[in-house]
Amino acid sequence: MKSSRLVFSRSMLVLGLVFLYVPILSMIVFSFNYSRLVTVWDAARSPTLRWYGELLHNGQILGAAWLSLRVAFISATCAVVLGTLAGMALARFGPFRGRTLLAGMTAAPLVMPEVITGLSLLLLFVALEHLIGWPHGAGPVTITLAHITFCMAYVTVVVQSRLTGFDESLEEAAMDLGARPLTVFLRVTLPLILPAIASGWLLSFTLSWDDLVITQFVAGPGSSTLPMVIFSKVRLGVTPDVNALATIMVLVVAIGIVASTVWMRRREQRRERDLQLAAASNQ
Amino acid sequence: MRLTRTSGRRLVAGIPTLWLLLLFLVPFLIVFRVSFSEVRLAIPPYTPLIAWHHGRPSLELHTSAYAFLFTDPLYISSYLYSLKVAAVSTLLCLLLGLPMAYAIARASDATRPVLLMLVVLPFWTSFLLRVYAWIGLLNTNGVINNVLLTLGIIHEPLVMMQTDFAVYIGIVYSYLPFMILPLYANLEKHDITLLEAAADLGAPPWRAFLRITLPLAVPGIVAGSLLVFIPAVGEYVIPTLLGRTDQLMIGRVLTDEFFENRDWPVASAVAILMLLLLVVPILLFQRYQRREVEAEAGETP
Amino acid sequence: MNSPQPVAGPPPAAAHDPSAYVRVVHLTKRFGDFTAVDDVSLDIRRGEIFCLLGGSGSGKTTLLRMLAGFEKPTSGSIWIDGVDMSTIPPYERPVNMMFQSYALFPHMSVEKNVAFGLEQEGRGREEIRRQVAEILEIVRMGGLGARKPHQLSGGQRQRVALARALVKRPKLLLLDEPLAALDRKLREHTQFELLNIQQRLGVTFIVVTHDQEEAMTLGTRLGVMNHGRIVQIGTPSDIYESPATRFVADFIGSVNLFEGRVRGAGAGAGPLQIECDDLGCTVRAGQAPRALVNGTVWTAIRPEKINISREAPQESGGQNAVAGTVREIAYMGDVSIYLVQIDSGRTLRVTLPNTERGGERPIAREERVWLSWHDSSPVVLSE
Repeated sequence: MKSSRLVFSRSMLVLGLVFLYVPILSMIVFSFNYSRLVTVWDAARSPTLRWYGELLHNGQILGAAWLSLRVAFISATCAVVLGTLAGMALARFGPFRGRTLLAGMTAAPLVMPEVITGLSLLLLFVALEHLIGWPHGAGPVTITLAHITFCMAYVTVVVQSRLTGFDESLEEAAMDLGARPLTVFLRVTLPLILPAIASGWLLSFTLSWDDLVITQFVAGPGSSTLPMVIFSKVRLGVTPDVNALATIMVLVVAIGIVASTVWMRRREQRRERDLQLAAASNQ
Repeated sequence: MRLTRTSGRRLVAGIPTLWLLLLFLVPFLIVFRVSFSEVRLAIPPYTPLIAWHHGRPSLELHTSAYAFLFTDPLYISSYLYSLKVAAVSTLLCLLLGLPMAYAIARASDATRPVLLMLVVLPFWTSFLLRVYAWIGLLNTNGVINNVLLTLGIIHEPLVMMQTDFAVYIGIVYSYLPFMILPLYANLEKHDITLLEAAADLGAPPWRAFLRITLPLAVPGIVAGSLLVFIPAVGEYVIPTLLGRTDQLMIGRVLTDEFFENRDWPVASAVAILMLLLLVVPILLFQRYQRREVEAEAGETP
Repeated sequence: MNSPQPVAGPPPAAAHDPSAYVRVVHLTKRFGDFTAVDDVSLDIRRGEIFCLLGGSGSGKTTLLRMLAGFEKPTSGSIWIDGVDMSTIPPYERPVNMMFQSYALFPHMSVEKNVAFGLEQEGRGREEIRRQVAEILEIVRMGGLGARKPHQLSGGQRQRVALARALVKRPKLLLLDEPLAALDRKLREHTQFELLNIQQRLGVTFIVVTHDQEEAMTLGTRLGVMNHGRIVQIGTPSDIYESPATRFVADFIGSVNLFEGRVRGAGAGAGPLQIECDDLGCTVRAGQAPRALVNGTVWTAIRPEKINISREAPQESGGQNAVAGTVREIAYMGDVSIYLVQIDSGRTLRVTLPNTERGGERPIAREERVWLSWHDSSPVVLSE
């Protein structure tokens, strides 16, 4: 009885996965193509690492990548700190004055169209500069400030949901055993939410590394992040060195994700063994 | 825990609140305020809120930006076009995502994590590059046309770039994980015995799906659809790279208004109206999320 | 721990037991409009096991959390060993708690969990190691110190939670539904073990539970709570045999309750006589307060204090005896429960021990029987 329905949904699943991966695979394949005409396979001189070589000598792309890397690193780190604070407050402080405000302001950036966020932040920076003379024009600083703001909303959600999944009595128990609030946080809360903080950081890093629309508004003329450089290149048409860049990025992400999935599965299997052990030792 | 209301606590809640006030709420209020001003040649390029006439302050509120939006058909048609594109893409996403999520939820314990990973993995790679990949596929001399021509299925290349079709493909492709994940989270919780009970009571599989699975999946469908619809309305990158040049989406209009025309008041008014358009779906989504959180809190003892 | 300095000043004026070790004085806690704990006063002696018994929402857990310091009282005060706890945060109170969920830190081993409290006091490593080993031995978890909580069974977790709460030798140990998460077999065993450990260490226990059996076996005294108030305090047998209100009578064990009026002036010697229309006979109650005269009262008779016989009891004189028909019999093993519909229409619950194996001609369903009880069995209640 189940099979007929599953045949349909399973074939849709296969179709969907093909749909998801064909574009990525085609990018990877054509990154090894010698021809500048990206979609015509030059069988005589391919595969080649020509475009990877060119990439390594493209100062504009390397410079932009370095800027993106720095911005993403700082943004993710700051976002994790701010988001953890907000997540703690929302999950653990009960009703307090300003809670609705904080909850609303952390939820709204998640659904706010990027063009609006970008526009509003730029208007803020312009107004600030007009009023207090800071920041001096748009650049890495304004990009980072903008990225921290939208990334911290994501961290807040991740940390908050991890904390609500945990029994508050753990923290009460620590306090009951004589730990002061700061000790409770460092020895009990922080270790428990560390996985959430780690994934919040990774998510923030990715979002910041990847963001184009908001960055475009707040970047100013001097500083271009990697997505901005890619965007200006691909707007003019397909370029093979972007294929090579994409391949490198996909590879890095894929290795990371696969490794973390394998690691998590291992951990789960160990947990299951432990549970069996516990059941066996039940008296 | 709730007892000590120390200054430490105030700091923990206060720092992020202050940050968001300054970098989220205030900027938004500035957009609102700029939308009620007029362009002028100065820095910043809009009229101040308070003007001085003969030594007396007077509040300057201009509605000309809004009036402009309603008189020039470009804006209204862009709004409508954005809504249409977002709605169609959301529907396509749902049609593809629902069976996929269902198949994942019903997969064996061993394959499920792998399938989920496969769905999520593209999400972690660059959004921009994934959209870019479609240029290579959809181009007139792109991969799809080349393959079809070689196979002899078509004799002239299809025009797929810079069409609505390309935009739909781009949006569905980029936002599919946002549809699948909430759907999966919902379907995965379903009790398989419900379907067995339905079968036991004489319902054939298709009817069990319509009467049992689908109604129970409504929260997931709503969440997934809104997660696709809301960002799709304001989408900028996909229509710029793949879409038509004769009909712009509203996100592109806003950007052009700001960067090309340097008309900040009109750009702000476009933003405000876009937000008004999205208020209902956003509120719906937040209500749904709150319910989810409450339900989860209720489940854990 | 920095031992809190005794707060100077006279003890509160509420009437109290001079030997009280833990003293709760006019304690009230409101959450918005809802009064969770309503003017509760309690005196608890050193070394006793005091059980707070009540249904969900009765305020018992809130009271416990105020003792631990997690909730701030709206008014009233808590004194432990002569020290006012009002301004003392949870981490400085000489009180430890065993949580219902056990709240074991999942990222720490058993040893680390137990050592946590001692580490906060800044004790030396060697001393901590010794004390942890000692307490783990007491709760019979000696060999399992290196395990993580998720590698333990429910009973083992419970013992670790107990060890962790006891290792600091608190003046007062709070136990929140200590046995609720255990299965039935394990509960009984653990119950006696808990008593054993308490006697060995001499720590004062306050136990919160909704389970009357647990309260009866553990507690030296019980406080029954309802709607935020303490309705009765007493030893288990006090509470069971002489409940103060209909609520207590009904909450602890099962009871047959009948409304009635005291006959005559009730003056003079001899048992009190109560007319119960619902029962169809006069109830003669041996020990009843004299003050109940002329008001509406309720008589409460426990099911095991009623006799069943086929013949009318002699010399009843229409008092403390009533006829009826057996409607249902439930065989429970050690006892049998009879539901007897008396001639007024009401149904009485009667339990009889099954003292003999296959006794001669047991009473069957639909049989006519007489129910009777002794003068000392009924409890007369005015509220």
